Amino acid sequence: MAYTVTTQTRASRITTALGAVLIVVLFALPFFAGRGTIQDMFFILTMLVLAQFWNLLAGYGGLVSIGQQAFVGMGAYALFGGVILWGLDPVPAILLAGAAALVIAVPTAFFAFRLNGAYFAIGTWVIAEVFRLLVAQWKTLGGGTGTSLPRDATRDMWFVELIKEALDVRSAAARDILAYWLALVLALVTIGGIYWLLRTRRGLALAAVRDNTEAAKSVGVDAGRMKWIVFLTSAFGTGLAGGLIYMQKARISPDAAFSVTDWTAYVIFIVVIGGIGTIEGPIIGVLVFFLLQSLLADFGSWYLLTLGVLAIAIMLVAPRGLWGLLSERTGLHLFPIRRRLIGGRLTSSEE
Amino acid sequence: MIWIDTVIQGVLLGGLYALFASGLSLVFGIMRLVNLAHGDLIVMGAYLILVLVTLLGLSPFVAVLIAMPMMFAVGWLLQKFLLNRTLGDDILPPLLVTFGLSIALQNALLEGFSADSQRLPTNALTTASVDVGPITLGVMPLLTFGSAVLVIVALNQLFYRTELGRAFRATSDDATTASLMGIKPGNIFATATGIALVIVTIAALYLGLRANFDPNIGPARLIYAFEAVIIGGLGSLWGTLLGGIIIGVAQTVGAAINPEWQILAGHVAFLAVLLIRPRGLFPRVND
Amino acid sequence: MALLQTTNLTANYGDFQALFGVDIALNEAETVAIIGANGAGKTTLMRSIAGVLRNTPEAVSFDGRPIGTTPADEIMAQGVAMVPEGRKLFPSLSVEENLLIGTYGRKTSGHWNLTTIYELFPILGERRNNPGTALSGGQQQMVAIGRALMSNPRVLLCDEISLGLAPVVIKDIYKAVPKIKEAGASLIVVEQDIAQAMAVADRVYCMMEGRVTLSGTPDSLSRDDIHKAYFGAGH
Ligand SMILES: Nc1ncnc2c1ncn2[C@@H]1O[C@H](COP(=O)(O)OP(=O)(O)O)[C@@H](O)[C@H]1O
Ligand SMILES: [Mg+2]
Repeated sequence: MAYTVTTQTRASRITTALGAVLIVVLFALPFFAGRGTIQDMFFILTMLVLAQFWNLLAGYGGLVSIGQQAFVGMGAYALFGGVILWGLDPVPAILLAGAAALVIAVPTAFFAFRLNGAYFAIGTWVIAEVFRLLVAQWKTLGGGTGTSLPRDATRDMWFVELIKEALDVRSAAARDILAYWLALVLALVTIGGIYWLLRTRRGLALAAVRDNTEAAKSVGVDAGRMKWIVFLTSAFGTGLAGGLIYMQKARISPDAAFSVTDWTAYVIFIVVIGGIGTIEGPIIGVLVFFLLQSLLADFGSWYLLTLGVLAIAIMLVAPRGLWGLLSERTGLHLFPIRRRLIGGRLTSSEE
Repeated sequence: MIWIDTVIQGVLLGGLYALFASGLSLVFGIMRLVNLAHGDLIVMGAYLILVLVTLLGLSPFVAVLIAMPMMFAVGWLLQKFLLNRTLGDDILPPLLVTFGLSIALQNALLEGFSADSQRLPTNALTTASVDVGPITLGVMPLLTFGSAVLVIVALNQLFYRTELGRAFRATSDDATTASLMGIKPGNIFATATGIALVIVTIAALYLGLRANFDPNIGPARLIYAFEAVIIGGLGSLWGTLLGGIIIGVAQTVGAAINPEWQILAGHVAFLAVLLIRPRGLFPRVND
Repeated sequence: MALLQTTNLTANYGDFQALFGVDIALNEAETVAIIGANGAGKTTLMRSIAGVLRNTPEAVSFDGRPIGTTPADEIMAQGVAMVPEGRKLFPSLSVEENLLIGTYGRKTSGHWNLTTIYELFPILGERRNNPGTALSGGQQQMVAIGRALMSNPRVLLCDEISLGLAPVVIKDIYKAVPKIKEAGASLIVVEQDIAQAMAVADRVYCMMEGRVTLSGTPDSLSRDDIHKAYFGAGH
């Protein structure tokens, strides 16, 4: 027995060591990779953050939201508002993005929690639409057509001068590198934070809530409160990601920032393909997603068609996604926590 | 006077939304399934009618009669071979599969028909209007509303007067016990989705006659349908009609105040009802 | 050859095994009682026969055909009807509609139809338009029995039809059993009420913890044997 324990420790020590090396390499990436790679990595990391938070909601909290674009959009608009109206620096304004998402999450949850299951899903979508339509009325930020970050705000952004000198790059590239580093920090904090949350007593209670709200109630878990915690946490994180994404884009419009396809459909596909209800799943999913996008993006709507069909197939054939298949075969767990079993189909048999 | 006119236009518009919603309500009532591809199926129905009109040179009103059995078959097969496999205690599979279907369908339509907006050909009848006192009513909106009422009457007859309707209700109550009575729940569900798609086809006819459509407008129709269903109370068909009317009136009144507020006003009305009556206006007792 | 037979029947709920190789048989025109304490596996046995739980094909046979993997609706169509435990009336259906659902999609010929059911349980005729669930427990049980009879089954499975009913009501309901037999059905009656079971049955099986622990004709079994088979040797 003691021997087993030691091996496990060694195994996880190796994982930790490899992880640490990976993190160092990722931080050092701008020193040897080109601007295209940095932009791709920024995309991957921000999508990963969105996917992790959606997975926290749906995979662990049982709250299937189709309205995450509300938090991306509000976060992004808050950042633009802070920069344009209050003259904030874009970097600290990212925190404002998270805060704004958190603020609108409260009324959103208030309404959406009145709906159950599938209706919760569409309810969040309706509310996201409401925010999109309201923001389109905000004329100082360009109304329906949108606006850009002022040039001097992006030029004088914190750290940009430093990066320019240290890496000897132009200011546009320096901004991308800054955004990339911020995305990397956000992704690491997100994964670490969710892993931590899931391993606390709260997190274990979360699994109980997802599996059965009634049963959870009977053992004294406050299901309502857990739902709020998960919903608000996800909103905050999604808002931060939204702010960061649009800080990098530097141009915004309501239709883009509140796009259900870009900020929710893609994210759902990433999680479903990778494996819902696991931390590893979204990581695998985002890599597969990026690969598919690189291969198929030129084919326009065929690309989304393929993604849709792939998600359906995975849900039916391997509901635990690619990571589920992999960990079943190999018994591998990078982030060991209790995981979910999904499936269950309709037959007249109840076995 | 202009306000009365606005409200009446809204009521008639509500008929269209009730048509969008009836299929959703039916399917939810029988198998607790929310089909996120519902709006895209409406759009698909409109394209199907358009293809029949173009290829066979038919009037849309004739083409819809051919499209209805085709859409029934689509619904039956879709439910039997895809959606039935997702039903169960877990809400994720049906949601994610129908969401995947929605995206796939939208893009298949984009691939097939491009993003250009289309319209079903109109004739004298569809652009005609009648004067009722000081108010002018379009024939099209009247037809739409009349069809919505007819569809709901027909569905209620089906539910409460036929053997199939009995089986629908029994299966909805308890699928396992229904199977002990010789009912195949899988086939009942398939038939229900088939019927829902027949209604979808009728909705598609009016969608295509009244306004332009393109492959991307499905999700918005899903949202209107969903709002009507929730306002009315889950599973209540007359409630769904009332829900459609509330959304319709809110939209026309909103638009009368400021054209940019049309859609927003509909959503706000929905949220207001949700605030006051979270279970809708006519909630079903045993849910 | 028995009309209905289980051979080495097992059943599982996830990791939990509820039946361990159960063999029972029901002959034509026979009434068999299955007794056993709560949790013995009686309902599981009924659900396995009726096709709600799937098995290997040969685990259940009816009329010489293997039906262990046949879906519930087809088993019912072949002539095995069930009165489920807890009655399970459809709340959205009236009394008469509950009865009619027993003939869904088929024309059946035989003794049982709405008229003869209302003769068997006159109170149901009076309350035909009430929602099934608005009736008293005993009346609901009558609806459940009538609903199963409407298909004119060759085998009727009754799972604890006396559960939760007052003794006079139980007597009323059991009065129907001879008439059901007369009309040509063979019965399996699951009961916790041993006396009631002994009174109607030609043969009795006693179950404990997923196994048949005793079987025989009512008069061949002593009280002691039954007590042991019911509660285990330790009691
Ligand atoms: N759906 C189920 N899931 C898990 N275990 C079950 C289920 N139904 C019954 N059981 C278990 O199987 C055993 C037999 O139950 P059952 O067949 O209902 O017994 P009986 O009808 O004799 O009271 C019991 O231990 C019961 O707890
Ligand atoms: Mg039992």
